[in-house]
Amino acid sequence: MIKAIKTFGKYLMLMGKTFTIPERMRMFFKQYLKEMEQLGVNSIGIVLLISFFIGAVITIQIKTNIESAWMPRWTVGYVTREIMLLEFSSSIMCLILAGKVGSNIASELGTMRVTQQIDALEIMGVNSANYLILPKIMAMLTMIPILVIFSIFSGIIGAFCTCWFGGILNAVDLEYGIQYEFKEWFVWSGIIKSFFFAFIISSVSSFFGYTVEGGSIEVGKASTDAVVCCSVLILFSDLILSKILA
Amino acid sequence: MIEIRNIEKQFEGKTILSNINATFANGMTNLIIGQSGSGKTVLMKCIVGLLVPDHGEILYDGRNFVHMGKKEKKQIQKEVGMIFQSAALFDSMSVLENVMFPLDMFSNDTQHKRIDRAMFCLDRVNLKGAENKFPGEISGGMQKRVAIARAIALNPRYLFCDEPNSGLDPKTSLVIDNLIHGITKEYSMTTIINTHDMNSVMGIGEKVIFIQEGKKEWEGTKDCIFTSQNKKLSDFIFASDLLQKVKKMEINNMKD
Repeated sequence: MIKAIKTFGKYLMLMGKTFTIPERMRMFFKQYLKEMEQLGVNSIGIVLLISFFIGAVITIQIKTNIESAWMPRWTVGYVTREIMLLEFSSSIMCLILAGKVGSNIASELGTMRVTQQIDALEIMGVNSANYLILPKIMAMLTMIPILVIFSIFSGIIGAFCTCWFGGILNAVDLEYGIQYEFKEWFVWSGIIKSFFFAFIISSVSSFFGYTVEGGSIEVGKASTDAVVCCSVLILFSDLILSKILA
Repeated sequence: MIEIRNIEKQFEGKTILSNINATFANGMTNLIIGQSGSGKTVLMKCIVGLLVPDHGEILYDGRNFVHMGKKEKKQIQKEVGMIFQSAALFDSMSVLENVMFPLDMFSNDTQHKRIDRAMFCLDRVNLKGAENKFPGEISGGMQKRVAIARAIALNPRYLFCDEPNSGLDPKTSLVIDNLIHGITKEYSMTTIINTHDMNSVMGIGEKVIFIQEGKKEWEGTKDCIFTSQNKKLSDFIFASDLLQKVKKMEINNMKD
């Protein structure tokens, strides 16, 4: 317990060091654009791919498992939309991104730490936490909501593909279900949740990477710990946020 | 000039540095030598501010680095260049970007002037033509030279080198030593080098400090090493048969 409190204290101190005004705005924006590309744009492919197949699979599963004469035909579209909007595209997608982006951030910063690149920045008089971590957090806060929207669209397209190419159900019924009692708030709720998850992924992974001590084995361990910790925190905060935003 | 007074450092109750005093003069290559684990790197980290000593003072031209505020510390850090054992180049940046980094961060010059300055520094370390390569594409010796170019980009007053010849062949080590020595004289910097490379000690050791088990055991010049009566120093420096023969020859030459 004491170790956990100490670790949380160290995390807060690192965030304190991170959230300061950048010394050179020009350098900050350069890093910010680079991180947006590395952490966000490079994740678009995997987000579209996974969301497309999950959207298609949800449609097939709902159709085959809840088919009943009592059930309206548009139910499949309605349920698929709600699952994609409320949970998959925000929470589950961020869990997947915690694995991809979280390990990337932790191993990058960890390697910089053990090869003394962070020490080199500190000796030059650069606030290394601000220079390295702040652009990552800002880039994630910018890109993750965009990825969530991409994920929603890709999932819905996946659902339609099961109609067009699989003949699972009528595309008109699916479309009616997707539009049935649509609440705009659910999209906003997913986006709001994604901001929290983006902050968790970027800041927690950065903390694990930045505070590595040792060599390559410790970098690998920090990378794994970062993914596990991010996943647990995302699930826990999802529980709280779902209650608050419901 | 850098002065260190009564520096002490402990880790988890274990004393790493004990009451170290030394003065490092301007325009001279000052060497800190000692076995692995003797406390050389900890001492250097204390001097540059990566570690805070438990006790003692570090004076940069009379300015007490240990007790000054963040702003003043930052000002001194801008006057410091450091070359790490592993070169510590930024992997994601090209050679030119690495050298330009301190200029981009702290200089108010135009982009054109910054590039010119970085190219001048690369030329000074004989690396013109390698500016677009990445650290992973160049040899260890070249990486060290890029690190030197990056360290001198902002015309530092103080240069620190932590085992600059580590992992290099003797010929490349000589090139690096001569480069550091030349730059020290050219810019009249206070240079401190951590090393256990005896070629460096004999070649550029204008002032040598020998540390063992966290204590300063000996201080002198490279020429005094041969005549020193300090047994610990002799055991460390002349550990091999070859170096013992060199010592005998050198003493005989002095007698003649």
